Amino acid sequence: MSDITSGPGAAAIRQRLRVRRARDRVIEAVLLASALVAVVTTISIVYILVSESVPFFKTVSLADFFTDTMWTPMFAEPRFGILPLLAGTLVTTMVALCVAIPCGTIIAIYLSEFAPHKLREIIKPVLELLGAVPTVVYGYFALMVVTPLLQKFIPGLPGFNMLSPGLVIGLMIIPYVASVSEDAMRAVPNYMREGSYAMGATRFQTATRVVVPGALSGIAAAYILGISRAVGETMVVAVAAGLQPNLTFNPLESAATITAFIVQVSLGDLPHDSIGYQSIFAAGLVLMVTTLIFNIAGFALTRRFREEY
Amino acid sequence: MQSEAESAPFMPATDVDTGILPIRESGRGALQISIDETRRSAAQNAPIKARATDLNFYYGDFKALKSLNIEMREKQVTALIGPSGCGKSTFLRCFNRMHDLTPGTRYEGSITLFPDNIDLVARNVDPIEVRMRIGMVFQKPNPFPKSIFENVAYGLRVSGMRSRVRIEEEVEKALRNSALWDEVKDRLDSSGLSLSGGQQQRLCIARALATNPEILLFDEPTSALDPIATARIEELIATLREQVTVIIVTHNMQQAARVSDYTAFMYLGELIEFDQTSTIFTNPSKKATEDYITGRYG
Repeated sequence: MSDITSGPGAAAIRQRLRVRRARDRVIEAVLLASALVAVVTTISIVYILVSESVPFFKTVSLADFFTDTMWTPMFAEPRFGILPLLAGTLVTTMVALCVAIPCGTIIAIYLSEFAPHKLREIIKPVLELLGAVPTVVYGYFALMVVTPLLQKFIPGLPGFNMLSPGLVIGLMIIPYVASVSEDAMRAVPNYMREGSYAMGATRFQTATRVVVPGALSGIAAAYILGISRAVGETMVVAVAAGLQPNLTFNPLESAATITAFIVQVSLGDLPHDSIGYQSIFAAGLVLMVTTLIFNIAGFALTRRFREEY
Repeated sequence: MQSEAESAPFMPATDVDTGILPIRESGRGALQISIDETRRSAAQNAPIKARATDLNFYYGDFKALKSLNIEMREKQVTALIGPSGCGKSTFLRCFNRMHDLTPGTRYEGSITLFPDNIDLVARNVDPIEVRMRIGMVFQKPNPFPKSIFENVAYGLRVSGMRSRVRIEEEVEKALRNSALWDEVKDRLDSSGLSLSGGQQQRLCIARALATNPEILLFDEPTSALDPIATARIEELIATLREQVTVIIVTHNMQQAARVSDYTAFMYLGELIEFDQTSTIFTNPSKKATEDYITGRYG
């Protein structure tokens, strides 16, 4: 340590060291600031949702909010039971996941383990393009194409229903599920596959018994991303599900979801200082907590089942 | 990486005493070979297990193996040696058709497996079938991220075995044969990756043994292991000769001398010399072989 302080080049060395350290500090500060943007945004959103919900919950008790089966903020005697909206959200999400998880996983397995390199290089960008289509387009696709199609098979299906937007949301989130799952599967090291093939396993056995379990934490992350997208999806349900809060778990009926209600209110049907307007923050809070619960559940399940290499 | 279990019973000094590793201290140029005449004649009289005939192998346009002709004898250990890039691993991977997983590869000629007379590299022979009969242990221990039990049971399960009782029997047998049973019998449910490097490699050997392969291929099985773990693997290979034909690729001359009955020296995709190990290391007939094993070359 002491030898550089006295040598002939000592001053120059110290000078360079100072410059380097200063530069490192600046870079670190910039990186930290970028990371903080995400944190600050999240905290602000939570803060606003909570603080704006407080006046709402002073008028409507939590018990009413969670047990009342009617959501009628625009009636003369408004009622604020979140259950119909929550049910709408869960039904459309479940329908979407029934499409996206099997399709997304199968596509990911195909792309990662079976598809020839050239084909994968074509399919993957096209798939990701699906995710770039504006969601309002998907909304009208559900209303104008999928619903009439479904009506041919299901007589008496109303023009607004949850099945059609659910299916379309499922289609919409396939790219997310497939792309993130595929990345996770490709990250499984090749020597794992070789070990499996060398035991006489087929490609399919290798994919399902070694690659998928090994990539499970990444695949679960893909599913959680898909769920969050489905829960938070707004335009498709606002356009095609009917905007009528309706406590039902039957996907063939019309209903409103939490997000659809929020967009409806935000578009100006209710005066800004009314209790009905404040209800969107309470609804938003529920939405956020729902997503959080899915995240935590997914995380816990992954920890239980993953096979980490 | 070294666990208690692995280091405790195995002191390097005793290796030399028992004669398992007679040439640990000797340098590369001074290989000592103890010529065991009974073993020599047993090796000579063993029936042929596999024969490569005019075997060529191509990666695209590159000819990696050039008309190899060689015979592997049953329940003998054959070492493949040679400088990096000489094609010894490529040759090894022909036996279980691992190249089929790489697009653009091609085999010519044949590798006949006896006594069934199957050409392992023939197009109409299913590589899955081949791999069920010919096991492989890799350079880097690659246990699956599953329990110790499931690692060993893997080959049985993929080949369609359902009976829990039979799988348990086979798993125990394979773990005993790979000298791992006593170390893991109380924790068969813990992850294969919780083991030390040497134990992981023995787990991979157990995994390969579980399906009762006819030939076991080793691709530099000890190059990622410390000397003590290496000694245990070598000792294991010596006992495996009693039940299975072994082909081992190694960069370590002393290892080849210690564990093998036959040695093949390869260079630039060609088989330069093939003979009993004691002959190759004491009296090679080709100058190139002598240069390589004495360290004057690569």
